[in-house]
Amino acid sequence: MTETDFLCLTPFLILALAPIVIMLVISIFRNYEIVFGFSLLSLILAFAALFFIAPAIPHSIQPLFIIDMYSLFFLGIIFISAFIVALLSYNYIKRLEGVREEYYIILFTSTLGAALLAVANHFVLFFLGIETLSISLYILIAFQRTKDNSIEAGIKYLILASVSTAFLLFGMGLIYTAFGSMMFSEIATAISLQGPLTSLAITGFGMMLVGIGFKLALVPFHAWTPDVYQGAPAPVSAYIATVSKGAVMAVLIRFFFNIKGFDDHYLFIIISAIAILSMFIGNILAIRQQNIKRLLAYSSIANMGYLIIILLTGTNKGIQASLFYLISYFITTISAFGVITLLSNAKNEAEMISDYKGLFWKRPFVAIVFTLALLSLAGIPITAGFIGKFYVIFEGMKAGLMLLVFAMIISSVIGLYYYLRVITTMFSPAGETTLPQITFMGKFTLAAITISILILGIYPGWLIDIITRFVGL
Amino acid sequence: MILFYLIAILLGGAFLSWMAGRLSAALPRIISLVALTADLILIVAFVLQLDTLNNKWLVDLNADWIPKFGISFHLALDGLSLLMLILTFFLGIISIIISWKEIKVRVGFFHFNLLLILAGIIGVFLSLDLFLFYFFWELMLVPMYFLIGIWGHEKRIAASFKFFLYTQASGLLMFIAILALYFVHGRSTGVYTFDYMQLLGTQMGYTTELLIMLGFLAAFLVKLPVVPLHNWLPDAHSEAPTAGSLILAALLLKTGAYGLLRFVVPLFPSASVSFAPIGMLLGVVGILYGAKLAFAQTDLKRLVAYTSVSHMGFVILGVFSFNEIAYQGVVMQMIAHAISTGALFILAGQLYERTHTRDLNKMGGLWETAPVMGAVGLIFAMASLGLPGLGNFIAELLILLGAFKANVFMSCLASVGLIAATIYSLRIVQKIFLGKKITDWKFNDLTIREKIVSASLVIIIVWLGIFPRTVLNTAKPALQKTLEVQKENNNDNNKTESILDLRFKN
Repeated sequence: MTETDFLCLTPFLILALAPIVIMLVISIFRNYEIVFGFSLLSLILAFAALFFIAPAIPHSIQPLFIIDMYSLFFLGIIFISAFIVALLSYNYIKRLEGVREEYYIILFTSTLGAALLAVANHFVLFFLGIETLSISLYILIAFQRTKDNSIEAGIKYLILASVSTAFLLFGMGLIYTAFGSMMFSEIATAISLQGPLTSLAITGFGMMLVGIGFKLALVPFHAWTPDVYQGAPAPVSAYIATVSKGAVMAVLIRFFFNIKGFDDHYLFIIISAIAILSMFIGNILAIRQQNIKRLLAYSSIANMGYLIIILLTGTNKGIQASLFYLISYFITTISAFGVITLLSNAKNEAEMISDYKGLFWKRPFVAIVFTLALLSLAGIPITAGFIGKFYVIFEGMKAGLMLLVFAMIISSVIGLYYYLRVITTMFSPAGETTLPQITFMGKFTLAAITISILILGIYPGWLIDIITRFVGL
Repeated sequence: MILFYLIAILLGGAFLSWMAGRLSAALPRIISLVALTADLILIVAFVLQLDTLNNKWLVDLNADWIPKFGISFHLALDGLSLLMLILTFFLGIISIIISWKEIKVRVGFFHFNLLLILAGIIGVFLSLDLFLFYFFWELMLVPMYFLIGIWGHEKRIAASFKFFLYTQASGLLMFIAILALYFVHGRSTGVYTFDYMQLLGTQMGYTTELLIMLGFLAAFLVKLPVVPLHNWLPDAHSEAPTAGSLILAALLLKTGAYGLLRFVVPLFPSASVSFAPIGMLLGVVGILYGAKLAFAQTDLKRLVAYTSVSHMGFVILGVFSFNEIAYQGVVMQMIAHAISTGALFILAGQLYERTHTRDLNKMGGLWETAPVMGAVGLIFAMASLGLPGLGNFIAELLILLGAFKANVFMSCLASVGLIAATIYSLRIVQKIFLGKKITDWKFNDLTIREKIVSASLVIIIVWLGIFPRTVLNTAKPALQKTLEVQKENNNDNNKTESILDLRFKN
């Protein structure tokens, strides 16, 4: 290993060291505040390390790692999201009974898994990352051991994720059989030499898609999502919706663009079908939900459906659009779950839509934050979500994917209905339920997120420029 | 920069009102009133210092917004948008005055929404960048949704949903069409831009043009509304608070008409001509169907809402006649309808405040109790039926004249609408003010505040009827250019680009 190799791995080393340090600290002296502060610090350090890496890239550590601008970008948003989730978790986790400090250990291991996905250039690292992420998530989801549906969600995720991993692994095996390599770039070369994909390869890709589709909660592999979102602690749901999905998306985009999957007729049809199904089923099933976490789960299914349109554009501009969309989706989702997290306490989660009745008149600030988050999810102007959707539609139309674009338009009108329902509830006359007060730190975090939603919605040019720098034309 | 200030003042006023709502109930009203008056004075003063109104663009503001996509912050003012702006500010002021007593809860937030809608509306009237236009188009939506959903009547939630979904769905179709136009233009010229001036005269195949135009039409025809797409309107109008109904009927519907004149006709010259027979037919159907339904209503606000459908039928009839007389009529109709229908909604609001019902069957014989109100009601019922001497008469006459040139049959059918209008308008007066007293209502006649509002509206509608030239001359250059652009592009699709460049230099 050279010096540059080490330098490039610093963020991962920090992420791997932090949980060990926390474990040692806990065994000597258990203090929630110290662990929390240390976690934030480590995440900041990991993020700062990215700036030191920047001059050394693109750098690849054969055969597993590739660290380029693209991975740097994803590492950045993964770390920032993990940081915000940690920040929002503070009160929520603190109020739980029993051991709480371990939450941050697991948060680190899962972030490590997510980060590995962003730099994966090889099936081995791909698999390693996805397993590190998933296994940590089982624990995070079932972290409230005293709650029934938390355990239920954990077990559900455990079983279904294992099955999907099996599919993923089998798919990787088939592809290895077909092309004799597990490196993305070598597979790509093999494909370009061999011409059209053989049925063996198609089967392999299809099976991998099952595994990936599960992680991204795409229809028809979505069934776990609402239960897990509902059962998991609210900040963990936010984590699954953002960091976990974002990381899987990172590796998916890299892999898919490497092998030029959009050129293959069958893959094109399969992905189109998955996208359209996800949009419609996600949005239609969300309509009848009374539980806001389930509603957001279905909404995330639909949003991932919009996002994978980008895979079929097959251009770098498409990747830029997907990055913008991911960022806007990240901050919006974190903002929505942040509100739920901050309004919940150990005994009762603020998860029913009826809990939010009249919120605007009692807590205007939180209600505005939530309203803007929902409007952003719905893609209404002046929010980041609008520009994100515009960008995806724009690139989709440019690539001539009219069917997908129309599906997106129609399903987002359906989606509007349930977002409006929640908003209307918040603005209706005040209800009975009392919700806990929000700490100053919580308010500050929410305000910062909301302002960034608005800034991206009104003046997105600078972020687009940054993304262009990272991905290139 | 003046155009930017107009919007900024409204946005600033909106936030201030919201904040001020915590301090007192009167403060937001005063702030909004000041913001709108400032805007009105600003625009009038600006126009008065101009030497001529004959330039195509009186003022033009162009700044980069998202240059990567060719999106600019491009606002410009011409005679048509000037009229619409003045109308917007004036009716904005009226809507604040009339809600002075009606809106008692959450006053700050109410005025925030009100000013935000108005900001969106003037943005729509000023944008010359299609992306910006869509941005403002959507900006009107959310606050209007709140206005109906929070301060509306009993069935407000359903009405606000319907309003939002209809407009959003059709708006998205327009959005796709805007993008399609962008790409078509970009591919043929290499310049990717959302700028209206550059998109004028885009070369495209007939089918493409037709499809893209249908996307635009979807949004405008829903907003206008045209009959098969009008379903949201009666609910939204009748459930909204008075100020909401006023803004919906008087201003929001006009954005649809404005969109037809500004975008559909010049951007799609040949497709719009081929759509004309259908467009005119839709207009006539709207006129007659709206009138028939208006006659059948027992809810006063629903009745007025259906008269809107009928009156807007004239607008689309005029737009697809493609001649100057009809276009002048359309502009006149936009203004006269805003005033007269607005006044009727205000009347309905005043009656509701006093009687707490909108049911015509419970009213009757109110003239004795409230003679001033009766007189005002009579005047605007007369305006609505198109009595000579009032603004609506000029508008509908011009439209029918213009339509007669274009299509005799449609024009004749449409004039039947005038008779129908007479029936439903007289029915309003008959049911409310004349006839037998069904319930013995006891209430005060109009207060000073309400008298001022009504008097100013009466003065304007009479003035429009007697001196229509001011309005017509202001709008004339803009309308002529619209028609010229349309004709040239239609006749000769190849040579237009250079001509257009010269024309829009100033």
